[in-house]
Amino acid sequence: MNEQILIAGFGGQGVLSMGKMLAEAAMAEGHEVSWLPSYGPEMRGGTSNVSVNISDKPIGAPIISPGDATCVMAMNLPSLTKFESFVKPGGLLLVNSSIIDKKATRTDITVYYVKANDLANELGNPKTANMIMLGAYLEKAKVVKPETMLDQLRAVFGAKKPQLVELNENALKKGADSAK
Amino acid sequence: MSEPVFKKTSMLTDAPTHYCPGCTHGIIHRLVAESIEELGLSDRAIGIAPVGCSVFAYRYFNCDMQEAAHGRAPAAATGIKRAVPNSIVFTYQGDGDLLSIGNCEVNHAAARGEKICVFLINNAIYGMTGGQMAPTTLIGMKSTTSPKGRDPEVNGYPMRGAEMLATHEGTYYAARVAVNNTKNILAAKKAIKKAFEYQNAGKGLSFVEILSTCPTNWGLSPIESLEFLENKMMPYYPLGVLKDKGAE
Amino acid sequence: MARVLMKGNEAIAEAAIAAGCRFFFGYPITPQSEVPEYFSIRMPEVGGTFVQAESEVAAVNMLYGAAGTGVRAMTSSSSPGFSLKQEGISYIACAEIPAVVVNIMRGGPGLGSIQASQADYFQATKGGGHGDYRLLVYAPASIQEACDLMATAFDRSQKYRCVSMILGDGMLGQMMEPVEIKPVEVKQYDNSWATVGWADKSRPRAVVNSLYITHEELGAVNKRLQAKYKEIAANEVMVEEFNMDQPEFVIVAFGTVARIAKNAVAKLKEQGINVGLIRPITVWPFPYCSLEKAAAMNSVKGFLTVEVSAGQLVEDVRLGVNGKKPVELHNTLGSVYPTPDEIVESILALKGRK
Repeated sequence: MNEQILIAGFGGQGVLSMGKMLAEAAMAEGHEVSWLPSYGPEMRGGTSNVSVNISDKPIGAPIISPGDATCVMAMNLPSLTKFESFVKPGGLLLVNSSIIDKKATRTDITVYYVKANDLANELGNPKTANMIMLGAYLEKAKVVKPETMLDQLRAVFGAKKPQLVELNENALKKGADSAK
Repeated sequence: MSEPVFKKTSMLTDAPTHYCPGCTHGIIHRLVAESIEELGLSDRAIGIAPVGCSVFAYRYFNCDMQEAAHGRAPAAATGIKRAVPNSIVFTYQGDGDLLSIGNCEVNHAAARGEKICVFLINNAIYGMTGGQMAPTTLIGMKSTTSPKGRDPEVNGYPMRGAEMLATHEGTYYAARVAVNNTKNILAAKKAIKKAFEYQNAGKGLSFVEILSTCPTNWGLSPIESLEFLENKMMPYYPLGVLKDKGAE
Repeated sequence: MARVLMKGNEAIAEAAIAAGCRFFFGYPITPQSEVPEYFSIRMPEVGGTFVQAESEVAAVNMLYGAAGTGVRAMTSSSSPGFSLKQEGISYIACAEIPAVVVNIMRGGPGLGSIQASQADYFQATKGGGHGDYRLLVYAPASIQEACDLMATAFDRSQKYRCVSMILGDGMLGQMMEPVEIKPVEVKQYDNSWATVGWADKSRPRAVVNSLYITHEELGAVNKRLQAKYKEIAANEVMVEEFNMDQPEFVIVAFGTVARIAKNAVAKLKEQGINVGLIRPITVWPFPYCSLEKAAAMNSVKGFLTVEVSAGQLVEDVRLGVNGKKPVELHNTLGSVYPTPDEIVESILALKGRK
């Protein structure tokens, strides 16, 4: 396995945390992982992104270069504009079509449109849009098992906020269903 | 054999000091050293020498000593006291070291309430580098970098250390003393000793500013220097206890 | 201990605690602020001390004071803050106080940027402040390596009474990787020189000092320092030699850039081009011997130095190769990191295929 996943969106969309969740789950399944965020002023309201590498070998560059990403998840329009070109031929592009009305231009990649915000609203919590997107990705890429991801949810929210485990689990499922 | 009536404090080494004739650093060294010895703190004392005239203080105080970078003694003292909480830590700094380049460090050490003693030796001039203007140089006073006398339009105003340090919540004790006559020397000793007592009791920062002389760079005789201290310095730098949380 | 996913800055702090560090003095600056943040939580838990200093200058002088009492102590910063620390580091080096410093590099000069960079290479490897001194500089390429080297850095600083530095960049500080903080056997060294109060009169009065006013005294101190640096250079060089079996070209890179270079080596292999990588783990002392050895290999046609600075590392590479083979520079500026493909292009250019 050599997954190079780039997730991008507005600050506050939970881009960094969905990347971390993914990296944690992959690590729990015994893979090598790296998680590299953009940082600085762009965290505060601008566009933020995170690069996650998942591999069975030691990870070289933690940066994902243009044309190398096995998957890009674009949570907003600036992210689609900036990172569409990063997807390697045959790779995967997930577009948050709730707030991105443009279509992808590439024809050499697989593109899925996920209404992440709409589906999150259906769950009654717009903050779960990131988990909807992550659920869709996991359905498509099968990088980690849903059970492992659930363990991560329990580890993160666990005892303190058990209601959030269920909410996020539902979001992951809803996202996965939307991509089936 | 008769009993000696006077003995040099064991807290000073036998090294001959390098101070100029008539300089009052020697008196202040003795007051600090005697206070430590009399309070039985010698084995726990760690002193910090500054950069300036008293740069060689680590040769004279007979305890473990560090020599700090210019102005940084209160920062080094912070590190020492945090690492060895049972130690008795003091800095011995001139007016350039403490009030100019080290103004930031001393104020923050005081604001943090570091349990240390800080001694400021104010002689209104840069001694070691050859008589340049200090932050404490008086208005109209000549120095090699204010040759026509300190002009507030050009050079600003002299800075009052004890008053400034007294403003900090973390300062437990702040006083200004002088060593120009016997009465004042005895009062200075009392203030210095009190500073060490407070530290030994675990209180916050104790600050004692000591008005001192510089016959060499003032261009005055030792006697004239003592008069200058009394007549010119004291009016701008009044003696007294500015803060004493222990007396409140 | 199982592997946990940790941010580089936090892992470095945890590794320092494992290495026996109980005193941290620092000041926030991006991209290393998680170091003081983490210590502010962890130090009280392990009976240690965290002080947020009023400046980098104060922080390094607090380190001077605390480490001068013989305890394991450290400070950290990023490039502009690290420039401020140079005064104190020079004093610490001269006073022969064991201390550890961490520089998580960002772009410069001046206020520069907050993004990662390698442009403090000269500052780190050639002394940094005034006077003749060196730091023992470790340049980890991964978070695990940073943690492992932290234990070495503390041990060697105590052993040689020198300043050890961990030289990382914003990428290493900000990224997360699985890491295992291994237990460290903290070795005790003689610290009868330290200022702890002179209760033990069986030792001489301790004076921590960097002032030596006579030619004789200062000469003797400098000779002692240089002898120590010679010993460090002889004993402490660390280097990774990767794919060095009869390579046609050799890439030289350190830290995170070496990881990018490794990807380039793999891509070149796919094209049937055998390229090796020499990765200095200590950038001072520099592994000149590895470069001499590589320069003497018949298969090697040339070297490519890859760095995110204007041509700093390449100077040491040229010293090591010593004119025996061509040394080219692939560098990027402004906190831009090279891609593996760009490095591949440079090797192809060297090979004359283009």
